[in-house]
Amino acid sequence: MNKPLQKWHWVALAALAIGLVILPFLFKNYRVFQFNLVLVYAVAILGLNILTGFNGQISLGHGAFYAFGAYTAAIMMDKVGAPYWSTLPVAAVVCFTFGFLVGFPALRLAGHYLALATFALALAVPQLLKYKKIEGMTGGVQGLVLSKPEPPFSFSLFGQPLSPDRWLYFFTLAVTVIMFVLAWNLLRGRVGRALIAVRDHPIAATAMGINLPLFKSLTFGVSSAFTGVAGALGAIVVAFVSPDSFTVQLSIFLLVGVVVGGLASIPGAIFGAIFIQFVPNIADEISKSAPAAIYGVLLIGLMYLMPTGVMGMVQKVWARLVKPTKGISGQP
Amino acid sequence: MEAFLHQIFSGLANGCIYGSVALALVMIYQATHHINFAQGEMATFSTFIGWALIQAGWSYWAAFFTTVAVSFVLGLLIQRVVLRPVEKAPVLTNVIVFIGLLLIVNALSGWIFDHTLKSFPSPFPKGSWMGTKYFTAHDVGSAAVLLCVLFSLYAFFRFTPIGLAMRAAAQNPDSARLVGIRVSWMLGLGWGLAAAIGAVAGMMVAPVVFLDPNMMAGILLYGFAAALLGGIDNPWGAVIGGFVVGVLENLLGAYVIGTELKLSVALVLIVGTLTLRPDGLFGKKVVVRV
Repeated sequence: MNKPLQKWHWVALAALAIGLVILPFLFKNYRVFQFNLVLVYAVAILGLNILTGFNGQISLGHGAFYAFGAYTAAIMMDKVGAPYWSTLPVAAVVCFTFGFLVGFPALRLAGHYLALATFALALAVPQLLKYKKIEGMTGGVQGLVLSKPEPPFSFSLFGQPLSPDRWLYFFTLAVTVIMFVLAWNLLRGRVGRALIAVRDHPIAATAMGINLPLFKSLTFGVSSAFTGVAGALGAIVVAFVSPDSFTVQLSIFLLVGVVVGGLASIPGAIFGAIFIQFVPNIADEISKSAPAAIYGVLLIGLMYLMPTGVMGMVQKVWARLVKPTKGISGQP
Repeated sequence: MEAFLHQIFSGLANGCIYGSVALALVMIYQATHHINFAQGEMATFSTFIGWALIQAGWSYWAAFFTTVAVSFVLGLLIQRVVLRPVEKAPVLTNVIVFIGLLLIVNALSGWIFDHTLKSFPSPFPKGSWMGTKYFTAHDVGSAAVLLCVLFSLYAFFRFTPIGLAMRAAAQNPDSARLVGIRVSWMLGLGWGLAAAIGAVAGMMVAPVVFLDPNMMAGILLYGFAAALLGGIDNPWGAVIGGFVVGVLENLLGAYVIGTELKLSVALVLIVGTLTLRPDGLFGKKVVVRV
């Protein structure tokens, strides 16, 4: 995992980068909008994965943090008139604080109980957002309508101009890359190992000198900061927030994304995001009720067949194809 | 004063419903040490079965008991088919499978029975009970049904060999297996029983709130709060917790925070109970060996 990058790695990375830059100009605006959402979900799923996959704390309430991030951004843009890019760090700080505070009582809860408490949070959030007394801020049931930021310069590629959606694609892409690099740097070293130790054997972890309460609450904070940034990005990309876009379904879908992509896998978040963005569209054509049912069947099926998700599968296939030369490379 | 009393009594009536949902949750917890997130959806689905039977011209009580029996079998089947492979898997796997079940059952209810609101008949006469203005006959009737269920459950666990075997299987699976109890089947029975209780709860709720695939979402949360408040391993606690939650919810909704924030009451109760007194009011302290 921590091998130095070889030459072909750099070539592959460069090809990937060029592909990502050209991508939005090959598709219509609506598709680009969907790509933006994929990136947003990827960041949100990454946040949840830090908590659930790496630290073993199950949250069914991350839709709540997503909602807080989104509302932070929307209120800043709509009521204060702040520029859109400045809302992201604020959303991160707000959600970190909030997540840390939620994580603190969560210390006493494990497994099912934590899932239950966060589930309650997810169910209660839409009601809280509709609350009459704060309607002046949140816009109540109607929500807030924002305007999409205009691109700062204009050019066209393949005859397609740099539309607001395409500009947002690059903005979202940049933020996503930053968030993934941050997560990777956080998780590959001592901190990451500590989180995994806490997940696998809390008592042993304490004996090794890991401050359990601090680590667990901090993880909660960091995880919700990631999801909050995703929420803020989501608000900018969709240009609209309302209480009913943040129902308990969102929280469940984020968890679905984590499981599909692969628990405790950073790149897996991207697969999870692609899944939760595009599978409902396909399933919708079959029946109105089908998306949820297909999600459910896939979830249970995945738990039986591929408990490590898409990334686990990819690694397994890769290990089969590439003959191990110097023993088996150390995979967790 | 009049209005205050009215709030309390209608809270008690709601509490009955929360109590029965909590009871179902406690049943599964006792049998499997898991919290079933799909409980509400399963109850809704059972209620739909009852509705379909009544629509087909069955008499209420025939439909009622058939539904309970069918739900028992369905619950047993779900455990045998879906959950048995993950019986020994980590908690996260189980939670995800429960969530999967929740999505599937909810979607199935919508798919088979449509998303429109349906009214569900009550077996009890209309209007108030014995001339008092605080209770409707349905409130009293559903409370009586709940108490019947509670007593028969108590008797089942306390006096029958199967009940004893189920308790043993939940408390110490390995030793239970050594004395010849089929632990895995006991878990299945637990699921069946919980599904049956859920069906009873669903059919008691449906006349009050109307039937649609998401009928139980909010009620489930109150049920959770009630079960936790009473102690997740105590059936009596669940029922008492249900009444407490019902009354609290109604009073706070009417006088303090308004009806829009009612769900937050459940959230605060859940988090508060888990933080201040994780074993609930009547639960046993659990000590885990390292």
